[in-house]
Amino acid sequence: MIPSAFDYVRAASVDEALAQLAEHGDEAKLLAGGHSLLPLMKLRLAAPTVLIDIGRLRDLSYVRDGGNHVAVGALTRHRDVEISDLLRAEVPLLAHTAGLVGDPQVRHRGTIGGSVAHGDPASDLPAVVLALGGTLVARGPGGEREIAAGEFFHGFLETALAPDEMLTEIRLPKRPGAGWSYQKFNRRAQDWAIVGVAAVRNGGAGVALVNMGSTPLRATAVEQALASGASPADAAAHAAEGTEPPDDLNGSADYRRHLVQVLVRRALEEAGARG
Amino acid sequence: MMTAVRITLTVNGTRHDDDVEPRLLLVHYLRETRGLTGTNVGCDTTSCGACTVLLDGESVKSCTVLAVQADGGEVTTIEGLASGDAMHPVQEAFREHHGLQCGYCTPGMVMAAVSFLAEHPDPSEDEVRHGLEGNLCRCTGYHNIVKAVMAAAKTPAAPRA
Repeated sequence: MIPSAFDYVRAASVDEALAQLAEHGDEAKLLAGGHSLLPLMKLRLAAPTVLIDIGRLRDLSYVRDGGNHVAVGALTRHRDVEISDLLRAEVPLLAHTAGLVGDPQVRHRGTIGGSVAHGDPASDLPAVVLALGGTLVARGPGGEREIAAGEFFHGFLETALAPDEMLTEIRLPKRPGAGWSYQKFNRRAQDWAIVGVAAVRNGGAGVALVNMGSTPLRATAVEQALASGASPADAAAHAAEGTEPPDDLNGSADYRRHLVQVLVRRALEEAGARG
Repeated sequence: MMTAVRITLTVNGTRHDDDVEPRLLLVHYLRETRGLTGTNVGCDTTSCGACTVLLDGESVKSCTVLAVQADGGEVTTIEGLASGDAMHPVQEAFREHHGLQCGYCTPGMVMAAVSFLAEHPDPSEDEVRHGLEGNLCRCTGYHNIVKAVMAAAKTPAAPRA
């Protein structure tokens, strides 16, 4: 399969990428690792006429201690997130889950910023950023702005990013001593999750769901039940509330509504044991 | 035809300059422009791993990388692993332990294993199985493939690509 023809420009800086976006508008797409975009282009589900390659912006590949948070550059590859000592120590849920994305070859190319900006409800990392209460940093012609993860995912593959904006950094709050868990349920090792659950607990809980609707979803009913003192099993019974899971060859919507309750219980129990 | 782009790639140690269409996939560049047909196209959807090559020493699925993205890089394909008549230890181990049946997945499987061993020099069997999760074999199951990779890991001073 071969993508539709496009023109290729390579950005040497964020400013250059933004200028290219401003020039080409909706016709252009940013290319990072390409492991979400290129498969869509090969299937002709996406056909941008200009690709702006930001894959060489090495200064956007980093993991930095920001005091009360850890800052991850948008172009940090899954492999580098997975093996980051700082993330393993301070945000172990993210480092662990990055090691479950796709397979080793995918993790050598795919980036955290690409995954989050793509906003696929079936992807692992958007739900992790949501559960952790992360902040997304975007740059556009008007400068830089911060977007709370809870405000970022608008619809299927749609985010709060404007067409002329670029995601540059993902900030994850440190939660010292927090228990955490990522439950990924699939049939083949490298597949997307049929359903997935990211959970973090210390005091308050953050629980987010993978592939249970058109966006990654916060399981607010579960979080509220926990805040009112419910047990993990009782709280997990609320996991399907407010979800609209897809019906596909991997499972019916009903199956997913059942599965998500099982996985939320497992996630809360594992997070509790780790906390 | 959109504007062609000049790229420079070092493939198996030899430098090449080419004008390519931006949408040219790395696997097609290797097979058609370079004539290196050892790298196979299997699923063409980033799943099966048959097209795995090393880009700057790390395994990638060349059906999901544009040739222009690899510009300036070093690519190693299955044809570039052996040193003269001496097979790479991973190739030798696949032969010794018969880690194949039809052979279609083998080039990608070997390249994935070389990259995996560079990151995990002393792996457990479980780590090998997970480390090869990006490569599918539809003939033999994985028993002898895993055996071969475990054996290659124990080869003293195995060159890492």
